[in-house]
Amino acid sequence: MISAAKAAAPDIDFAGLSPLIAVFGGALIALMLGLLRSRAIRETVVPALSIVSLVIAIAASVWQWGERSDLIAGALRLDELTLILTILFCVAGIASIVLSWRHVAPREAAHGEYHALLLTSIAGMIVLVSAQNLVSVFLGLELLSIPLYVLCATEMRRASSLESGLKYLVVGSVGSATLLYGLAFLYGATGSTDFGAMAAALEAGDLASDPLLLTGIALTIAGLGFKASVAPFHQWTPDVYEGAPTPITAFMAVATKAAAFGVVLRLFDVALIDVSLDWGPPLAALAAFTIIVGNVGALGQSSLKRLLAYSSVAQAGYMLAGVVVATRLGLQATVFYLAVYLVMNLAAFAVIVARERETPLGDDIASLHGLGATRPLLAWPMTIAMLALAGFPATAGFIGKFYLIDAAVQPESDYTWLAVFIVVGSMISLAYYLKVVAAIWMTPAADSTPDELAAGSPGPEPLLAGGSDEATGMRAQGEVVAVAVLFGALTVVLGIVPTPLFRVVRDAGAALGLF
Amino acid sequence: MTLHLSFALWIPLVFGAAGLLLPARLAPKLAIAGTLLVLGYAIAFVADFDSTNGGLQNVTDETWIGELGIHYKLALDGLNLFLILLTAILWAACTLWATFWTSEQASASPRLFYFHLALAQTCVLGALMAQDLALFVVFFDLMLVPFFFLTGIWGGAKRVQATMKLVIYTLVGSLLMLTAAVATGVLAAEGAPKLSFAFADLAERTLGSSTQNWLFLGFAAAFLVKMPAFPFHGWVPDAYRAMPLPVLALFSGVLSKVAAYGFLRVCLPLFPDASSHFQTLMLLIALASILYGSAMAFTTTNARLILAYSSIAQLGFIVLGIFALNTQGAQGAILQAFNHGLVVAPAFFVVALLAARAGGSEDIRDMGGIATRAPVLATLFLIITFATLAMPGSSNFVGEFLILMGVFETKMAIAIVASSGVVLAAVYALRLFIRTMHNRTGPRVEPREMTVRDGLVLVPLVLAILAIALYPQFALQRSEPTVDATVPSAFEDAAASGEASP
Repeated sequence: MISAAKAAAPDIDFAGLSPLIAVFGGALIALMLGLLRSRAIRETVVPALSIVSLVIAIAASVWQWGERSDLIAGALRLDELTLILTILFCVAGIASIVLSWRHVAPREAAHGEYHALLLTSIAGMIVLVSAQNLVSVFLGLELLSIPLYVLCATEMRRASSLESGLKYLVVGSVGSATLLYGLAFLYGATGSTDFGAMAAALEAGDLASDPLLLTGIALTIAGLGFKASVAPFHQWTPDVYEGAPTPITAFMAVATKAAAFGVVLRLFDVALIDVSLDWGPPLAALAAFTIIVGNVGALGQSSLKRLLAYSSVAQAGYMLAGVVVATRLGLQATVFYLAVYLVMNLAAFAVIVARERETPLGDDIASLHGLGATRPLLAWPMTIAMLALAGFPATAGFIGKFYLIDAAVQPESDYTWLAVFIVVGSMISLAYYLKVVAAIWMTPAADSTPDELAAGSPGPEPLLAGGSDEATGMRAQGEVVAVAVLFGALTVVLGIVPTPLFRVVRDAGAALGLF
Repeated sequence: MTLHLSFALWIPLVFGAAGLLLPARLAPKLAIAGTLLVLGYAIAFVADFDSTNGGLQNVTDETWIGELGIHYKLALDGLNLFLILLTAILWAACTLWATFWTSEQASASPRLFYFHLALAQTCVLGALMAQDLALFVVFFDLMLVPFFFLTGIWGGAKRVQATMKLVIYTLVGSLLMLTAAVATGVLAAEGAPKLSFAFADLAERTLGSSTQNWLFLGFAAAFLVKMPAFPFHGWVPDAYRAMPLPVLALFSGVLSKVAAYGFLRVCLPLFPDASSHFQTLMLLIALASILYGSAMAFTTTNARLILAYSSIAQLGFIVLGIFALNTQGAQGAILQAFNHGLVVAPAFFVVALLAARAGGSEDIRDMGGIATRAPVLATLFLIITFATLAMPGSSNFVGEFLILMGVFETKMAIAIVASSGVVLAAVYALRLFIRTMHNRTGPRVEPREMTVRDGLVLVPLVLAILAIALYPQFALQRSEPTVDATVPSAFEDAAASGEASP
């Protein structure tokens, strides 16, 4: 069928677009099936088909590996960077769908809409990271953001979820507007919206101190900084992460971050590479500031989702260091860290989802007390995830940090001092990551057992974030534990055998043509 | 027959992991079996060691992460041979000790306890065997994780705060070391064909002396905190109070030595200019550690802390020997590291026995007067005490003598002050012995002899002390070729480059 279509419209490379087509197709099917009356179809078939469409998208990405071509008249770029990030989005999407299966959010928001929105958001991310044109950048950004605004508010009977959605909508729109303004300035300075043409214009003309260009760069950094939660544009992150349904938080934390960094890499390391002296120092300062703000902000948190939100801010700072050095090694280190970051965080969020369902404490750190003695299958993934985020050896987080420092201390690099900030940030981060580990293993469980609490309060008030009316004291369903164990194990495996991931990342690094 | 270091390295972890999965009653047996196997391997390593060869022996070299130039390279030489033996001996003894301890206190989740204990042994052995800087850093940092859990779960009062303090203190140092290590590899690779962290490659690629200086400080931060040396010892009192005693014996007996070993393995060969540049500073830190540790050891009354501060003083001697930057000093430091480990672990065991006889109190004011009722225990403790205070005839005497001789050759004034440390050691060691064994019987003391079971732990350790006392040459001969090959050459290089650049 594909070949027939190809014959009819030779301009469109359907093979190259196949991951995008799979995800959009899945979104349409999920939306349509969600209209059926049968509960079994809505609650089982819709998530299952959504997962299938994401698996197809992953398979298509693997199939397209090694292809490098322009799609849709140069609006999108198909290369290994696009493909590896596509795979990351799809993995995050699958994990999120598995975590939200039997969760309250899709039930309240209607299953069809919930899954269709999630898939649309993933499609937006794919468009965003493959964009090599300012217009498609904005298109992808909005396609990714608007479904997420809605998804944050899908637990409609919980005020904090609605608040989270509204906050994200307002702040995100400001970010989008800033970005759009910045992109307009960039177009004004270079006279083109195409990345290749922009780079050529910058190379040809003496634009390095052009105020139009500088304003454009500043506004673009600010706009993308909102999406990547780079300080000082991170203030929405803790509130939104805390209020959103946890599976959506997990998805936002890993996939949105990867999408934002994907576009940052392509925009700055391709289109604006010739003026890297213009954006390098301010971006480096932002990275250092972000590392400190994120880590210090996380110190006092008792809500695990807020803690991970601040941690994600700090991790964004680490990854920004890889962008700033503007070398192929830096690009590879950033992509490597994005992959590693996804694995570590999904393990942690799966445990939070499990505990939200098992205890009435929501995502409070107290929900982890005594976990080591009672639930080793949840305790170990969470412990590994925390140690990995802190950068302990034998976990993927260590290799990721090692790679970033490696990129920052290269002899030709001007940003060796960023390595010191990464290290100082890691030192501060120990205090809160170890607090979580101590809660798991070294604090006995509270006296009240889940059964008593469930019996005592038939309708527990959703006072705490995520502590919704499904906290019935039941054991977490198997699929949540499976996600936690899978990603926890993967964190260790990638920490000991990172070579396959290095190979993949090296291909992605070669795609952008940096030295 | 070639002995593969990998087996000795991973046996503890494999046994520990097996113990985690099998029924709980098997866990202690498996753990002991694992440590005994490693001990067998370690003895075989020593027996098999070619004492005329100053290079690496029993080398295992595989590429681990090619993209980052990290090798899985393990080898034996004169620097790590006896520390590996020490690790094997102490782990066997302390694991055996822990099996009494867990059954007595019916501790929670013994499987997890033995798993962490075994993981710790693998990490320590890995740090000692590693011949690749990145691999060394991996194991050095990782060995903190099991101790974090061992202290935090099975420790005494205020254990969580203590373990947090311990980990944050030591990891701050370790992270500086991580940056310095990455920078060492990357900067050394400039102009070289390929990024490599193997010590052999790094030693060939000399760095500029200002680069060396900051890299040296990064490593020194990690090692001085871990040892601990005087101004960096803030975590010591809390952590030593909170750790369970078998774990503490290992921590004090082995982990501090790994840090001292780091100076010999990393700093002296890779940063020769910086080592001589910071020689006086390091000697002064060592001197301060000796004086401070000794003074605290004879003023405090908690038996654990007496041993803790005496360790600070003893580690001061070891650093002193290393930064004499000559063969005698380094030889003495290696011997003294081995000696101190052998002495301090049984001392902690005796403290545990004494505390059990003094109603659980570890304060020396509550102890005393049991020597006549427990003559065997008193005799064994006396041997340990004499070894601690470096009685002539003990191996510690030889070690301290060599160290002081080494320092006399380079910095006379420091050596004179440092010799007072030998006298101070006699004061605190004898004070501990007299207050616990003689003196007036404490109010809640129930004097009783140690059991045969206790003897299983204590007697082999004391025999090891006597053996090395009779024939310290055994250790010195084996370490000499390597020390000759690494330490003086590094120092001469520094002297030569110092002359070359007036």
